[in-house]
Amino acid sequence: MAYIELNQVSKRFGSVTAVDRMNLEIAQGECLAMLGPSGCGKTTTLRMVAGFEDLDDGEIRVGERIISSKARKYYLPPEQRNFGMVFQAFAVWPHLTIYENVAFPLRIRKLPREEIHVRTEEALKNTNLLAVAQGSPDDLSGGGKQRVALARALAIRPDVMLLDEPLSSLDPHFREEMRFEIKDLQRRFGFSILYVTHDQSEAMALSDRILVMRAGVVQQIGTPLEVYSDPANRFVFEFIGLSCFIEAGLSPAGFDLGGERHAWPEGMNPPDEIIAAGRGLLAARPTEIDFVSEGGVRGEVLRKVYLGETIDYRVRVAGAEVRIQKTRRTAGPSAGERCGLSFTRPHWYPVDDGGVVP
Amino acid sequence: MNTRAKPVSRGFGTPELIFLLSVGVLVVVVAFPMLLIFFNAFWVDSHFNVADVLRVLQREETYQALLNSLILSGGVTVTGTIVGTFFAWLVTRTDLPFKATMKLLFLVPFMLPAFIGALAWKMLLSPRAGYINRLFIDVLGFDGPLFDIYSYAGIILVETMYLFPFVFIQVSGALERMDPTLEESARISGADLFTITRKITIPLVLPSIVSGALLIMLYSMAHFGTVAVLGVEIGVYNIPVLIYEKIHQSAGSFDSIRTATVLATVLVITAALILWAQNRVLAKGKYQIIAGKSFRPTELKLRGLRVPLLILCVAYIALTIVLPTATIFLVGGLKTYGLPFDLENMTWANYNHILFEWDLTRDSIWNSITLGLAAALITMFAGVIISYVIVKMKVRGKGFLEFLGMLPFSVPGSVIALGVILAWSGKFGINLYNTVWIILVAYIARYMAFSLKANSAALEQVHDSLVEAARAAGASMAQALRDVVVPLVRPGMIAAFFLIFLPALRELTVSVLLYGPTTRTIGVAIYTLNEDGETVYSAALAGIALVIIVVGEILIKRLVTGKSGA
Repeated sequence: MAYIELNQVSKRFGSVTAVDRMNLEIAQGECLAMLGPSGCGKTTTLRMVAGFEDLDDGEIRVGERIISSKARKYYLPPEQRNFGMVFQAFAVWPHLTIYENVAFPLRIRKLPREEIHVRTEEALKNTNLLAVAQGSPDDLSGGGKQRVALARALAIRPDVMLLDEPLSSLDPHFREEMRFEIKDLQRRFGFSILYVTHDQSEAMALSDRILVMRAGVVQQIGTPLEVYSDPANRFVFEFIGLSCFIEAGLSPAGFDLGGERHAWPEGMNPPDEIIAAGRGLLAARPTEIDFVSEGGVRGEVLRKVYLGETIDYRVRVAGAEVRIQKTRRTAGPSAGERCGLSFTRPHWYPVDDGGVVP
Repeated sequence: MNTRAKPVSRGFGTPELIFLLSVGVLVVVVAFPMLLIFFNAFWVDSHFNVADVLRVLQREETYQALLNSLILSGGVTVTGTIVGTFFAWLVTRTDLPFKATMKLLFLVPFMLPAFIGALAWKMLLSPRAGYINRLFIDVLGFDGPLFDIYSYAGIILVETMYLFPFVFIQVSGALERMDPTLEESARISGADLFTITRKITIPLVLPSIVSGALLIMLYSMAHFGTVAVLGVEIGVYNIPVLIYEKIHQSAGSFDSIRTATVLATVLVITAALILWAQNRVLAKGKYQIIAGKSFRPTELKLRGLRVPLLILCVAYIALTIVLPTATIFLVGGLKTYGLPFDLENMTWANYNHILFEWDLTRDSIWNSITLGLAAALITMFAGVIISYVIVKMKVRGKGFLEFLGMLPFSVPGSVIALGVILAWSGKFGINLYNTVWIILVAYIARYMAFSLKANSAALEQVHDSLVEAARAAGASMAQALRDVVVPLVRPGMIAAFFLIFLPALRELTVSVLLYGPTTRTIGVAIYTLNEDGETVYSAALAGIALVIIVVGEILIKRLVTGKSGA
């Protein structure tokens, strides 16, 4: 069941359309990550849900309530939305103690003194901050500050948690730890998460579904596996994971790479409309290309680099440079050698694929 | 910089020579006059005597000066802080129209000399002759004056107009740099805008408010002009004014000099306390509130108050900047002071007279410009060398050098002037009294800290590796200095030059204690003409001074942004 629902939501800044007619449903207890390059509109979307930006079109519902609506000119102020929110730059208040930071939203709600204490302690305990509660947040590391922000957001027991690149300002080793903590808290408390990030591994690890955005337009919504293994277009393919592309001539019988003709392998032909265009892009992940001794697509190894556990090859194929990664346990050709390649899960996209554009 | 090649332990080399020279210059120019003040204050009848100092402080006039300084600077601090914080909040956190323009306009009082403002307000609001008061009495039939500018309230109001930018700059800067998510996170936590302002915004910018307030207090304590112009009629004087009277009216008398040195000591201690408090506030309240990725902070919608508040701002600027400035120029063009501003009463003759005919005023303009240029040039070059020692050389004792250089920053102008008088009036073989040189020496002492600040900041940007890279590329030390260091430091030097030249142009507090018959500065000339009842000429010269200052500021802004814009 959709708990948060965005319906034809648009936002413009001057002549730039930051978010373009976005539709999105998030279920109760679901974690949805919005992924995209900077400036793609993901943070603007989050801020519209939070209530910091009004809408140029569409409406946003949470549960039964409409919280933002252009048509009705109605915007529930952010302070009445009852969401938890965590910001990239922590936004913990340096003039308050850690305890006071976490208790702030409860005091604002004028809860009974006893309840404020119980809930603050609980939130501090859940984020492992109880021991330092009376200290200043300025004495904490980035990870510690972000825990305070998380505890503060948890204290009101929200149904919806908005996370705006919460891990981007942290040291790499803290990131992984915090990732698990957030996931763990969600499991225990069952809130929905709308999570903005530009880091695809973060999105993969945390979310039930990923939304990939570009220039204000949704490119694909799907589970991490779907988005990784079946990217909807070239942009998504390139944005998620390593990728290489080779342009090829297409015909119903097979494909043509630098003058070599290859028949379509079993079940690997692209949809008819791409074949009908005559040319297309072969897209592959570096780990999903194998060296074959007989046949296959012919190429020449330009470089071979040992990266410890993996070996990184650059192979020239039909005028394009293709990257291949193999574990060090597989024997492969040496630099300068000719080789044959086979693609385990090739994807085909139109040559001029610009993704979903308005 | 290349101290690794020439370690300190190698003994006496060029670095030590430059270091000693720097120390020598600062000791002679800064430390020696200061020590003389303390010496004269505490050394009575060839022994150390605190009881006598206390006796001087208990005298009616000294006690009154201390009390007045406290009342006036306290009042100005309170009003200036309220006005500055309110306008800072208005131009950074609301949807007030024309915010950017307003912000610039609120900074204008900073470049106008307060004592010229005091003159203008005297012309407008003196109880009997003031134009506004006369309008209310003669035309509107009031029984008495609308407002008497010759009062504590009058002095506080005028000083507030010129000193509130200290708080305005600090607070609007803090509000602009503040991470908007600090406020947004309070909003999403359930707080409304009023609660956020009260519980988050104000506490976070409190260090800036307090530090700005302390600057106002520091300047008001040391401020001579406004009190001298407005207080003298009703016998209100603060410490700098009393020092002036002691030195001028009973020049040479041992007792007056001693009283002055005691007052100066009080002023120095107060200033040091204020600066110490400011450092504490800044260190303790150094919240990390700088914005990461910047979304505009939520602006408070003023709705119905938008236009009234805009009118308030415009009225404030009209009343505090336009009205006094216009008054100065108009009175400067009157045939006789007191006539109504009819066209038939106006004349260009005054301006012509003071610019081209009258030696006294012509000389004063020439004196101010040459003194400003000389002080700025000398202090700029000395500042570069001393900063170089402080920032780049690893010589022992450079902390002492820094202390000496920064000392005048906390020392009020009248104290510096007094120290210079004690040091260079012939007692030690050199008599500069009544010459321009004594003013020059005082200016150098007073403005050295400005130069050190600007030049140190510039030099800190020049990382050692830049010079090392030049050396590695084949440049000699001299070539590296010429081609790498100097071009990078030049903006700091230019900044230092103007930081000194402009304030020196409008300076009054120091030069009023040091001027002789032919060595009036513009400030002194305006002040003495006013004292002598030559109100019209005083206003005309003040008008000329305003033109020079404003043109100077504009030229300099253009020059500095043009040259260091890269």
